[in-house]
Amino acid sequence: MRKLALSDEILLTIEKPARYIGNEVNAVNKDFDAAEVTFAMCFPDVYEIGMSHLGMQILYDMFNQWEDTCCDRVYSPWVDLDAVMRKEQIPLFGVESQRPIKEFDFLGITLQYEMCYTNVLQVLDLSQIPLLAKDRTEEHPIVIGGGPCAYNPEPIADFFDLFYLGEGETQYRALLDLYKGCKKNGTSREEFLAKAAALPGIYAPQFYDVTYHEDGTIASFTPNRPDIPARVTKEIVKDVTNTCYPKKPLVPYIKATQDRVVLEIQRGCIRGCRFCQAGMIYRPVRERSLEFLQETASEMIKNTGHEEISLSSLSSSDYSQLEGLVNYLIENFGKKGMNISLPSLRIDAFSLDVMSKVQDIRKSSLTFAPEAGSQRLRDVINKNLTEEVIINGAGMAFDAGWNRVKLYFMLGLPTETDEDRKEIAYLAEKIARRYYEIPKDKRNGKVQIVISTSFFIPKPFTPFQWAPMLPTKRYLDLARVVNTTVKEQLNKKSMTYNWHEAETTTLEGVFARGDRKVARVILKAYEKGCIYDAWGDKMNFQTWVDSFHECGVDMDFYTLRERSLDEILPWDFIDVGVTRKFLEKEWERALAGETTPNCRQRCSGCGAMKFGGGVCFED
Amino acid sequence: MKIRMKFVKTGTLRFISHLDVMRYFQKANRRAGIDICYSGGFNPHQILSFAAPLGLGLTSEGEYADLEVHSTLSSKDTIAALNAVMTEGMEVTGWVKVPKECKPAMAQTAASDYLVYFREGYEPEDSEAFIREFQEFLKQESVVMEKQTKKSVAQVDIRPMILQAEAEMRQLDDNKNLCHTTDRPQLCLYMLLTTGSSSNLKPELVMDAFAGFSGRTFAPYALQIHRLESYADIGTEEQPKLVPLLALGEEIEQAYSDTKE
Repeated sequence: MRKLALSDEILLTIEKPARYIGNEVNAVNKDFDAAEVTFAMCFPDVYEIGMSHLGMQILYDMFNQWEDTCCDRVYSPWVDLDAVMRKEQIPLFGVESQRPIKEFDFLGITLQYEMCYTNVLQVLDLSQIPLLAKDRTEEHPIVIGGGPCAYNPEPIADFFDLFYLGEGETQYRALLDLYKGCKKNGTSREEFLAKAAALPGIYAPQFYDVTYHEDGTIASFTPNRPDIPARVTKEIVKDVTNTCYPKKPLVPYIKATQDRVVLEIQRGCIRGCRFCQAGMIYRPVRERSLEFLQETASEMIKNTGHEEISLSSLSSSDYSQLEGLVNYLIENFGKKGMNISLPSLRIDAFSLDVMSKVQDIRKSSLTFAPEAGSQRLRDVINKNLTEEVIINGAGMAFDAGWNRVKLYFMLGLPTETDEDRKEIAYLAEKIARRYYEIPKDKRNGKVQIVISTSFFIPKPFTPFQWAPMLPTKRYLDLARVVNTTVKEQLNKKSMTYNWHEAETTTLEGVFARGDRKVARVILKAYEKGCIYDAWGDKMNFQTWVDSFHECGVDMDFYTLRERSLDEILPWDFIDVGVTRKFLEKEWERALAGETTPNCRQRCSGCGAMKFGGGVCFED
Repeated sequence: MKIRMKFVKTGTLRFISHLDVMRYFQKANRRAGIDICYSGGFNPHQILSFAAPLGLGLTSEGEYADLEVHSTLSSKDTIAALNAVMTEGMEVTGWVKVPKECKPAMAQTAASDYLVYFREGYEPEDSEAFIREFQEFLKQESVVMEKQTKKSVAQVDIRPMILQAEAEMRQLDDNKNLCHTTDRPQLCLYMLLTTGSSSNLKPELVMDAFAGFSGRTFAPYALQIHRLESYADIGTEEQPKLVPLLALGEEIEQAYSDTKE
């Protein structure tokens, strides 16, 4: 019987012990000792969140297909086990092998959102690995970070040996082969890292020096060795049909946030909404073939026994073979108690028809994401969605029986005024009135409209990366304008308004566009006990404010400043395809309220074409 | 048709909850291609119900679930199909057809038997004395304990609910369904206890009672409990007759399909 790292006594005193036992359905359980390279993949949040992440499933499957590699998984221990592990000095371990992370060759940490940074430190700390990369020796694992936040790695650069920029399917084989070769030759850790930095997509922070102007902006960012490249270009998978994909995804014992088969249908997005980082960094859009998706869906369903399948992409309506795929799923699985979930769909005749076939209309809601209340502001952010399309779409849905609507907006967008904010409430009101145009005997009761706003955070590699944010307290004023206006509407009883909190917004804003000076603040906040900052009830803003103060780092420098176009930004050394020139042009067009067509309408020469694949080359 | 399934839950799976077990089998049934019936309505679910839930930390080789299926392969083939999609620690050991009128396993369970023994480092040194004390404990006419009911605490005589019990040194490691076994004989208690909605006795309460009687204290998490079997009573009030729940069904020799039932 498997021996566990934690005793029964500990497992029976903590919440959800199944988080730490591994052995899930489809777990590979490779022989740790027989492997030439051992790789611990980490999602720095609690197990249920980590198990819902598709990226980890893809890489876990890929690594374990290689005979010489053993890939295990590790997640942040919940606060109860965290306390026990510190008290008893129990080293953090992989869930399958139950072996300490410090015994692995690599620790790969995926960085999906900025608020997980203190959890990264928690994982390193509990693994008994030095938090600062410069303190690590030959006996410690190589710590490598990946995922969207790696596109501005600077605030956490001090904690990582390497970063992988881009899609993980391409360069890991070369990296692991290099590692094996270096180990055989007795190459030093530092030399291995320098050689790794020569691989495409790999960034080794220790080989770059940053200097600053008096005003705090970056003066220079340069390699400190001749064999290190000045810029690092992201990696993408050119052909997403002929690449690895997990046919036997892991199925956890406890309920994960995503308790379903997740099928990624394409990568990237043609729309070019100016606030959206994912849309820019995953360019060019690349579709997986219909046959591949049909086959893969069937296999994943068979191998997991899940009762729901979800199609994942940034904008599923733009997948050219959507109809064929959805019909295939409905025909083959619709009857056998299988739920089909289709997020990210435009609301039109096709999608309504599909949704009515796969969902219980009475329980599901229609989701629109106008993001801005007025057409003027939607043009600024390049969100191509008119009021006419929204009202018509809602109307069709109401005629078909829907009576729940969700509307997503952002507040704090560039050039936004109170008038734009009030338009949010007016739009909801127009939708409500459209509902009540249906004769009473044909309606299903009252309509329920839920309006939800988050606060806009400028992100790297978007046209808005130069935009200033607002002071924390000011965000609530914006929400108040919307709230007051909603309450003035005729159909206010049909509307609910939810808004996000502002403190996390400010912190996330600092991390998103921060530089290396922010690292010491993250370390200080962690030392003061901050972890699980992504969890609203656990985030302690005052401790963060104190940490910034004690480290002499000014939050406002990163958030409130409008950056100048000639400033060197911390992430400028990365080439994501989309050029800085393109982003500057888009920023100017945004301020002038001009829209830009999508990739299929007309190519705008963003620069993604250099990768030689995807929509840029569609006929 | 109605099926009764018997399974083992052991190893590291002692740390998944009863609800997790239910969800686990829902997915395992689909992986194995079991032709299970779904309920009607807008939220169809598998017609699958489990017998007495097993607490977290306990192991068992006598767990039961009843299902409705449209068709089935032979018992042998179905068990093989299910075990091919199981994970270590869960094993299906029985698959029988039960009559339509058969009450659900949960309602039918009248008694269960258990092994209670000690985790590493917790076994008392004075096993001989322990065994003697336990025999004395059982000689009592009545054993009154406070039992927590839904609304209040009641004084209940649990002695009649201990149908059989003994303490002895036993070689436990030849039963592969047990964890915390060693290669030496271990101090072990066997007990057959009344189970059910009207009258239910858990081994933990028996151990609490014994602790009170003998003056011993058992550290938290000292005891490992393993359910051996669940029984129905097919006898009469005067002459109870306990049989394993599986015995109420019959082995399926060949694949079978429901045409009209």
